[in-house]
Amino acid sequence: MMIQQQGKKVGLPLMNLVRLNRTPILKQLHLEEKLLRKSSTNWCIINDGTDTPAIVMGISGKPSELLEIGSVLRDQVPVIKRFTGGGTVVVDKGTVFVTLICNKDDVPGVQPYPRSIMSWSGLLYNQVFKGIADFQLRENDYVFGNRKFGGNAQSITKNRWIHHTSFLWDYAEGNMAFLKQPARAPEYRM
Amino acid sequence: MASRLLWASRAASYLRISVFHRGFSSVIKDLKYADSHEWVKVDGNSATIGITDHAQDHLGDVVYVELPEVGVTVKQDASFGAVESVKATSDVNSPVSGKVVEVNEELSSSPALVNSSPYEDGWIIKVEMDNAGELKKLMDADQYTKFCEEEDSKH
Repeated sequence: MMIQQQGKKVGLPLMNLVRLNRTPILKQLHLEEKLLRKSSTNWCIINDGTDTPAIVMGISGKPSELLEIGSVLRDQVPVIKRFTGGGTVVVDKGTVFVTLICNKDDVPGVQPYPRSIMSWSGLLYNQVFKGIADFQLRENDYVFGNRKFGGNAQSITKNRWIHHTSFLWDYAEGNMAFLKQPARAPEYRM
Repeated sequence: MASRLLWASRAASYLRISVFHRGFSSVIKDLKYADSHEWVKVDGNSATIGITDHAQDHLGDVVYVELPEVGVTVKQDASFGAVESVKATSDVNSPVSGKVVEVNEELSSSPALVNSSPYEDGWIIKVEMDNAGELKKLMDADQYTKFCEEEDSKH
């Protein structure tokens, strides 16, 4: 408790770190939603890849609009709808997942709203990627220059929030063919 | 004035220009307010619920609303649905306990009503209250205005 309070004083949340390796993404999402809603401490989850390729859609995603259904069915790729917002990603063993789950009061200066949380996470990853390419937060996406290299999304409850990212450390180009170009996309992704 | 500023905020968003939040949000006098930024309009035993102008301004453009089913029970302070904006789902919590008797189906095809008309066309659910005494825990318009100012000043 004392360490937690000292952490609060310097504006940094005390995090429980969970490191996973090739945990299936569905299992990871179950864990995340449970920790968001049932835990009262802060968590950082890092999963180095998922066991098999999967398509993960945001809460409002419509498969007919976002996916090449024929190819998805032919190749029997699992399609998962997650509890956070945002778009669609194809994930596999080359994806590095990083998740932050925080009490809103443990991160001073950050309001429990999407843009405020993203400003904070953008600063965090700016430190992580310092000196590596030209990292930016651009129209709510993490990019190196004009290349998006991951997908991120959030969910906000009354007193807590989650910000999770799938970084495409590597990916199979063929898998991207499962996805259609979304109707709403920032210009730099055209 | 409020609608002109709302238009300016939405125009800036379309043009992808950063815009600071408006210095004030509209608050309706006869409603009651929760500290999680939902409003409730009481008419006898019936309560109409939505999110406030402050909330919609901070959330950004709402692209999806997850509605509960008619007939489910809601509890004060507990989540009954969510809105999606800027890649985030945000819980919507009920200011009162009771049973959902109607949901705003318009929001399925026009979620932006939550932004453009948070206190009228953007209402989310109607509830038959089971304990009107719970209203005492909510804020009136003046208290809510002050609450928002204090919250914004901390950040």
